[in-house]
Amino acid sequence: MTLIDETARRVAAEDDRTPPHGRGRTAVPVAREGVARPERRRPGKAALEDGFDVVGALLAGVSVATLLFGWIAPLSGVVGWVIVAFLVFLLAYALLVSLRSGRLAVMNRIVTVLLYSAGLTVLAVLAFVVLYTVGRGIPALSNVTFFIETMRFAGPLDPLDVGGIAHAIVGTLIQISIALAITVPLGITTAVFLNEVGGPFARFVRTVSDAMTALPSIVAGLFVYAALITLVTKERSGFAASIAITVMMLPIVIRSADVVLRLVPHQLREASYALGSSRWRTVWKVVLPTSRSGLATAVILGTARGIGETSPVLLTSGVTAEMNTNPFSGPMISLPLQVFTFVQSPEPNMVARGFGTAAVLILLVLSLFVVARLIGGRGAGVLSDGQRRRARRRSQDDLMRIVQTRTLPDYAVPASTARPQENP
Amino acid sequence: MTDAVTEVIAPTGPPATAPLRSLRSLPVFSDRVFRTVCFAAGGVTVAIMLAVGVFLTARGGQALASSGPSFLWVQAWNPQEGVADSFGIAAVLFGTVTIAVIALAFSFPLAFGTALLISEVLPDGIKRAMTTIVDLMAAVPSVVFGLWGVQFLQENVIPVGQWISTYLGWIPIFSVTDADGQRLTDASAFTSSAFIAGMVVALMVLPTQTSIMREAFSQAPIGEREGALALGSTRWGMIRTVVLPFGRGGIIGGTMLGLGRALGETIAVYMIISPIFTINWEVLKTGTNSVSALIALRYGESSEFGLSALMAAGLALFLITLIINFTASSIVARSRSGAEST
Repeated sequence: MTLIDETARRVAAEDDRTPPHGRGRTAVPVAREGVARPERRRPGKAALEDGFDVVGALLAGVSVATLLFGWIAPLSGVVGWVIVAFLVFLLAYALLVSLRSGRLAVMNRIVTVLLYSAGLTVLAVLAFVVLYTVGRGIPALSNVTFFIETMRFAGPLDPLDVGGIAHAIVGTLIQISIALAITVPLGITTAVFLNEVGGPFARFVRTVSDAMTALPSIVAGLFVYAALITLVTKERSGFAASIAITVMMLPIVIRSADVVLRLVPHQLREASYALGSSRWRTVWKVVLPTSRSGLATAVILGTARGIGETSPVLLTSGVTAEMNTNPFSGPMISLPLQVFTFVQSPEPNMVARGFGTAAVLILLVLSLFVVARLIGGRGAGVLSDGQRRRARRRSQDDLMRIVQTRTLPDYAVPASTARPQENP
Repeated sequence: MTDAVTEVIAPTGPPATAPLRSLRSLPVFSDRVFRTVCFAAGGVTVAIMLAVGVFLTARGGQALASSGPSFLWVQAWNPQEGVADSFGIAAVLFGTVTIAVIALAFSFPLAFGTALLISEVLPDGIKRAMTTIVDLMAAVPSVVFGLWGVQFLQENVIPVGQWISTYLGWIPIFSVTDADGQRLTDASAFTSSAFIAGMVVALMVLPTQTSIMREAFSQAPIGEREGALALGSTRWGMIRTVVLPFGRGGIIGGTMLGLGRALGETIAVYMIISPIFTINWEVLKTGTNSVSALIALRYGESSEFGLSALMAAGLALFLITLIINFTASSIVARSRSGAEST
């Protein structure tokens, strides 16, 4: 303990000797008398006029389109209005920019506007699809019974407060759990095999699994239908649906886990081998923990894809209006298939139920996605604040242990790790 | 002071005759288990996937052997064993390709623009948010897109279809005519067309294309970018001369991967189209078909032989997407290595 105190004092004394600005700082020039300092230019910032150009051109586009559609030309329809407004906007914008700049600048501005329009279109379409679905699903979703009842006693003409989709929610959960129970261990082990073991067989496995990502999901369903249902079980079941989802998800999980494992820095593996650990210890203690968040993201995104897939389930799970918790016998419906079944009906109430189910499905996928982003979003080996704190604490404890059991030369302990208040 | 000389010790006695130690390390027990488990997992994966391939080929081959090469050009689907020309994928394959091409026509400009916007224009914070949003779009279930297409998009797109067929009807694929060649203008002739299905599929392939293109664009070397800007280029000039040439592989590969997905899309297409079994060149007119929609439509009522015929169709689709995917990923991979070497 005295050892650490001594070191701390010594390092602190050293700190005093450093120049006041710190080492290696760029000196800020002192303003001299008589030298004018002009306003700093910010070339990246849009000038005020540029904003006016955009707004003015937008106004022009909207007004011309409205005029054309309302009074002058025999045009109609929202889509046509948007297209005309956009074209007029582009023309007006090009004209406005060309008043003050040359050809190159006009081209540059037009392309920038086009790029923004593409991005905004994508954004708007996605937002619209989601909001439209949720919006039309609200009449169904606003009944609590929608989540806790099944469609067993509900006919197509019944009001929305009778019947619900509890059976489809349970079916989805059971099917995806079985699929995950097969996919996660198998997929991650295969990815480990591809990365850590290698060899000609691993290359073959990688080629085959890459090829399988091209398998259309309906063909995966057809395979399970023909191989498992017509030959073995003779009836559609939740288990068959899980197998179809597995066949579809497995290549996705392998591929994304493979990418994540490849990002683990080689230095970490080499350090582990250099310390004499075996291959297995390296994988278990270094590679997998380092890529934990990436692997979780891969699995969750694969789950989101698997939950939303309708076509393999369409052929394999069968349609039912009743609760079925046994995956091995009898049909077991899931959320996407339930949406599909509901909207086949011409009754407005059934369509409303379909939208409600689709909204539940979207919210489920969205929440999985948010969870994936919260867990992931960091590269391999990049720790969160909490993880970093824990790692630092562990390493300090190790240091203390070493210091107390051995006599080290006193320069070995840097002051920043000293925690004298915790010494016995 | 004498130089330090290394003293050579003369060998005393006979040299050691111990055999050379092998440098191969012997795996410990846990490693042997680990390797075995890994090999087993790889083996199981390959077995599952080969089972799919082999089973499809075997069962599909049964139908193919019965139909012979007429499978490729017959436009009907009433599979009966021994009856010549009873089924073929000409019409469904044509429909599949039409829908996919229309999808690409819509998705390519949007994906290209969005990818450039994300990699070149947006500031860092918004860039990350936009990337997430595009990824999120990939996770939206296809049944939701199909539902939206049927319930909302269809009625809003029909006027556009009518407009195109009125003013651009002299281009054969945009005309909408009945069997006698008379022009149709009624809205009911424009529902459930390949055009609408293609628009919905475009939304589903867009995220794939965008993320591959964005990745390719962001790998364009910073030195060349700054060089272009330092020579006085505008942002578009820099994009045109640096980013696009470096990203060409990504553009082509991403588009092709999108094409592969578009060909295999099932449920949204199935919800929108009204299935027919003849080749329909008029993309705006009601009625088209696709291989995957055919499977979804006919699997339930199929006899043993009918199932084989569906398998053959599925196999044909799988082979096409397989070729497209492998070509695309090799193009993407090659362009990537090129960008790194400069």
